[in-house]
Amino acid sequence: MPSSTAVEIAKAVQSGARSAVDVVSERLAAIEKIDGRLGAFLGVDRNAALAEAREADRRVKEGERLPLAGVPVAIKDNLCCVGYACTCGSRMLETWRPPYDATVVARLKAAGAVVIGKTNLDEFAMGSSCENSAYKPTRNPWDLARTPGGSSGGSAAAVAAALAPLALGSDTGGSIRQPAAFSGVVGFKPTYGRVSRYGLVAFASSLDQIGPFARTVEDAALCTRIIAGRDERDATSADQPLDDLVAELKTPVRGLTIGLPDEYFGDAVDDDVKAAVTSAAKALEKAGVQSVRVKLPHTPYAIPVYYIVATAEASSNLARFDGVHYGRRAKGAADVGALFAESRREGFGAEVRRRILLGTYCLSSGYYDAYYDRALRVRSLIARDFSLAFGQCDAVLCPVTPTPAFKIGEKSDDPLKMYLSDVLTGACNLAGLPGLTVPCGFATRDGAKLPVGAQLIGPRWSESLLFRLGRAIEASAGVVDVASPLAEEVR
Amino acid sequence: MSVADWEPVIGLEVHCQLGTATKMFCGCAYRFGAPANALVCPTCLGLPGSLPAPNRRAVELAVRVGLALGAKIAAVTKFDRKHYFYPDLPKGYQISQFDKPITYDGRLELAFTGSGKSVGIVRAHLEEDAGKNVHEEGGPHSLVDLNRCGVPLLEIVSAPDLRSSKEAYDYLTELKLLLKTLEVSECDMEKGSLRCDVNVSVRKKGAERFGVRCEIKNLNSFKAVERAIDFEVARQVAVLEADGAIHEETRLWDDEKGETRLMRRKESSPDYRYFPDPDLPPFTVDPAWVERIRAATPESPTAKLARYVGALGLSDYDARVLIQDPETCRYFEETARLSGDAKAAANWVTSELFGLMKGGIALSEVKVRPQHLAELIALIKDGTLNVRSARDVLAKQYENPRPAKEYVAELGLTQVSDRADLAAMMKKALDANPKAVADLKAGKEKAAGAIVGAVMRETKGRANPALLNEILAELLKATP
Amino acid sequence: MPRLHGPAERPETRGEPMIDRKEVEHVARLARIAVPAEELDRLAGQLAAIVRYVESIQGLKLDNVAPLSHGGDASDVFRADEPRPGLSREDALKGAPDRTDDHFRVPRVLAEPT
Repeated sequence: MPSSTAVEIAKAVQSGARSAVDVVSERLAAIEKIDGRLGAFLGVDRNAALAEAREADRRVKEGERLPLAGVPVAIKDNLCCVGYACTCGSRMLETWRPPYDATVVARLKAAGAVVIGKTNLDEFAMGSSCENSAYKPTRNPWDLARTPGGSSGGSAAAVAAALAPLALGSDTGGSIRQPAAFSGVVGFKPTYGRVSRYGLVAFASSLDQIGPFARTVEDAALCTRIIAGRDERDATSADQPLDDLVAELKTPVRGLTIGLPDEYFGDAVDDDVKAAVTSAAKALEKAGVQSVRVKLPHTPYAIPVYYIVATAEASSNLARFDGVHYGRRAKGAADVGALFAESRREGFGAEVRRRILLGTYCLSSGYYDAYYDRALRVRSLIARDFSLAFGQCDAVLCPVTPTPAFKIGEKSDDPLKMYLSDVLTGACNLAGLPGLTVPCGFATRDGAKLPVGAQLIGPRWSESLLFRLGRAIEASAGVVDVASPLAEEVR
Repeated sequence: MSVADWEPVIGLEVHCQLGTATKMFCGCAYRFGAPANALVCPTCLGLPGSLPAPNRRAVELAVRVGLALGAKIAAVTKFDRKHYFYPDLPKGYQISQFDKPITYDGRLELAFTGSGKSVGIVRAHLEEDAGKNVHEEGGPHSLVDLNRCGVPLLEIVSAPDLRSSKEAYDYLTELKLLLKTLEVSECDMEKGSLRCDVNVSVRKKGAERFGVRCEIKNLNSFKAVERAIDFEVARQVAVLEADGAIHEETRLWDDEKGETRLMRRKESSPDYRYFPDPDLPPFTVDPAWVERIRAATPESPTAKLARYVGALGLSDYDARVLIQDPETCRYFEETARLSGDAKAAANWVTSELFGLMKGGIALSEVKVRPQHLAELIALIKDGTLNVRSARDVLAKQYENPRPAKEYVAELGLTQVSDRADLAAMMKKALDANPKAVADLKAGKEKAAGAIVGAVMRETKGRANPALLNEILAELLKATP
Repeated sequence: MPRLHGPAERPETRGEPMIDRKEVEHVARLARIAVPAEELDRLAGQLAAIVRYVESIQGLKLDNVAPLSHGGDASDVFRADEPRPGLSREDALKGAPDRTDDHFRVPRVLAEPT
């Protein structure tokens, strides 16, 4: 293991064997050493982090039980965190400092975790590579010429480079699962409604979920347990009981069945990616899990539906950025109309502007029925595909991405090309299902060894099941002990 | 041809602020006139990352209104986003209801404003209020206060059933009475808890089809609504009689100039891009919940009228005077309850108490409370006081509400009911006024006034009047 | 095995782009995003390509299929009508690009909301 896991750190700090201040100082030093090259962080506040660490030590000393005592957590910069800016990777919010904590951040802090910094993302979570960040691209710790994926690329890279054992991201069409696969870490998108979205700057309200990145499945399960649960401030967060996800990892997976969907193993997916995922299926078979082939026939429609629904909701959610109450305001606007139009032109990058226009078009008078309403009906069909598949299996196993991490600049000139990299992850959000990425092997491109991830998708509320299956894959794949080259520098 | 050949067709859209403790989608309280931007939170400010959480009580008040209007309650309903850009709308959209309003297909009978006409209510739906823009004094800016952002509104849309500005005025009066009595809203246009837009068109009398309508905004009082309708009707008639055409427009009322002017044409009306709000799950108001809401609803004005006249025996006139104001009703009902005499209670409230109240003072500010009136009623009943003395006590209590018995003792107001004493005084009065005696014997009843008055004066107003009349009759009989 | 759309494959184009310059201007106005004249055509081309791609959903039979507008199946979620602490005025106005002591400030607003 390249460095301590969250579980190990929490245990050590709780017992007094290590101090939170030590742990956090070490990670801050690691960030200082390598983040210049990596670009994972947008904001780090040494003093604030050490103050939180001291607070965690104090609470432990006073006898409090803290499940994440002293654990450094990196937070994607579209989650509100008092004391930090929340830029969302955009010039629009360059200097905005939220006056409140996201519910997930409050829960992590209550559990004794320490915020180590805010991580880079594609602007307003719109992108698959972190190249849409208005500030800088983040690089992949396995090959600095490649992207770590997106939109939660900074969080994925931070964990893959051992700068923090845990990070939070958000996933709307794959933005946790895809960067987890590209960066060789575990990434989890919970069931829609499992985790409160209060404090997450909204991209697409019916698709967004917050979830963890971690080096191990156990860490991801622990983090999920801490952040999950009903929040009276989020009407879409559900009152679903969640058992001890970590303890349940021990329950054997023998007797379960996984489904392999034909449509996810097509020609567009690279052969070695398919091979790595297939070997994960074989590993599960050895553990007593059966596999069957299933069909998800509406898969080809997932991306069109996603790009109508997500952009429509985004055009609405981003209407609040008008230069009046917070955020960037254009100078010298003669009247309020110009103030709106110029502030939004200046504050938003090209991809965000494009998606807002597309979404506005899909909702506009004369087009609502043909696009938005129609897309919502196809969405029902996509959700139904999964329901039917779950009649034959307990969970679906498939690739996360058609290829391993691509080069920075490779797709950024063609929006549509970039959209298609969400092809294996978007359906899961449309159906509101939980999805887990577990590293399962490697592929080589231009001499670089790049991680490959396997994706597990389950019925709603099946978090425990997915983590158990993920743990089984992890145990056999043996990739957990292989660190990225950058992580090697800061063990 | 003239205005008289034309028939106005009017529909009203009323927005009323619901009297909940908190806003529609967040836990902020709201007070009209509070210091700017002090009653806000991330949600009503529309801060990035904030989310709406719907107020159960607002939904209940909306259903309460729907039931009172005899409207249908939607089986399944939802919230929709209505998009437009304006500085007082921080999210760039308003959470409202588009195609599935919580209640629809009702009626409002103009029972208290006289005509008894039944006006159709097309729908009433829930939405959140926006903030306020004010112009900076002598500067090139506007200032934005978001306190009002998120306050729950019920938008009530009438059918185009009104046929005159007076009917529109009556409709507003009737609606306000209903909403106040049901404890749904204060309906105070000056404080913004009631707002009204009007749709006006005209057609030749006897015509079947409606004419083209114009919407009028910026109406700040019931009177303004009436005047604006009159102006707009005249304007439209003038245009049509000159062979012009009415265009579907939104117009603003200018109260100073007394005219409407064009704001925008229909073609450039906004595309609100409504869609179901994904942050708010759909909801059902099931029959059990509807029943609980019905059971908890205060008595409506029409129900009160029936009960006051039917069960309590008040005159229709007195009942209507009381029902005009819910505060008065509560006061009256408490007085009636404590005294056990509804008619007396009604009389003491509307004749005596109202008579003392000057300068627009509100009933809630009056020091005399129901228990004081009830006590006076009891003291009259048991013979301790006559009506005139009771009035004197009330006048004193109005300034300083001590128990009546204290004033009675202090001022020596106990009614004189001793037959012998009164008879003696009356004999004296008769002996002193032979002309009156003669008149009375001759059947001129008015002459009694002088005799009774004399005894009253001698008792300093405390004689029991009924007894006096009895004694007078006896003495006259006994006199030759 | 069935093919999944790869970068090289897209549904057939339908002839003229469905989004032209005028349409972009209209949508940009609705969305209050200023688009310089010289960018209109390129943007129209990009949006047209995306719209052509999403047109694939037009072909499906959708009788009796209800729209799925929410991410979960929650329903009947309410909050009790009880006050909760809010933000101080200072916190509310802190991020404002222009303000007085107690108000947000913008250029004078002339028209009614649209």
